[in-house]
Amino acid sequence: MAEPMKIRATLQGDVADVRILMMHPMETGQRKDAKGQIVPLHFIQSVVVTHNGKTVLDTQWSQAVSRNPFLGLRIKGAKAGDKIGVTWTDNTGDKRTDEATVAAPS
Amino acid sequence: MNELRRTFLKLTGGAGALAAAFSAGLVAVDEARAANWNTAGFQSKSLADVMKNLGASGAEESKDIVITAPDIAENGAVVPIAVTSKLPNTQQISIVAEKNPFPLAATFDVSGGGEGYVSARIKMGQTSDVWAVVKAGGKYYTARKEVKITVGGCG
Repeated sequence: MAEPMKIRATLQGDVADVRILMMHPMETGQRKDAKGQIVPLHFIQSVVVTHNGKTVLDTQWSQAVSRNPFLGLRIKGAKAGDKIGVTWTDNTGDKRTDEATVAAPS
Repeated sequence: MNELRRTFLKLTGGAGALAAAFSAGLVAVDEARAANWNTAGFQSKSLADVMKNLGASGAEESKDIVITAPDIAENGAVVPIAVTSKLPNTQQISIVAEKNPFPLAATFDVSGGGEGYVSARIKMGQTSDVWAVVKAGGKYYTARKEVKITVGGCG
């Protein structure tokens, strides 16, 4: 199972600024390891972000996204305490879901 | 010895069945995902093909799309890109690095109520234009920005 994501969601007015950091090798299928063997393609294909259970962002990714991917987005009409859910699925079928709540502006 | 072997078989048998059931569930999900995934777009090797597979051929350039990216990125493995679209009814944002082996890097569908803003980090093999392709109100718009790469990030 993959490492947990780091999710920060802070409120700015009525817009939640969400930052997500995922832990994933994101192999391109072009890199070779120390033995000269090609490291097989292994990358996150899809990330779905939900706001109180409703999908607000549905992404499709390729192997060109960097290792340990960062994703930033803004959600309109958010309130402090709202739930932000993030699920990623990679090309091997592995997936992980994490949740965070929107924090009030400090 | 025999006793041990029997226990072992029992154990692995049980675990095997469990794993099979588990992977069956996963495979179903995976197929649904794959159907949704723009395979043709992500396997395209040129900008023109990417545009075609996105359905965005002949898209107009728009000044309402802002790409925030460094002018010079020292490390091609981590190039931070942010796209802000001020177009009304922004539905979808794609990021395309023109000279990558597979130019289409990511597609973000924001039609569910997100704002016209996404940021991510991508890999770039060499200095190239980065295109943002935005679908808004059923039409496609583009913007581009050149990013110089000191060390490529595809290897």
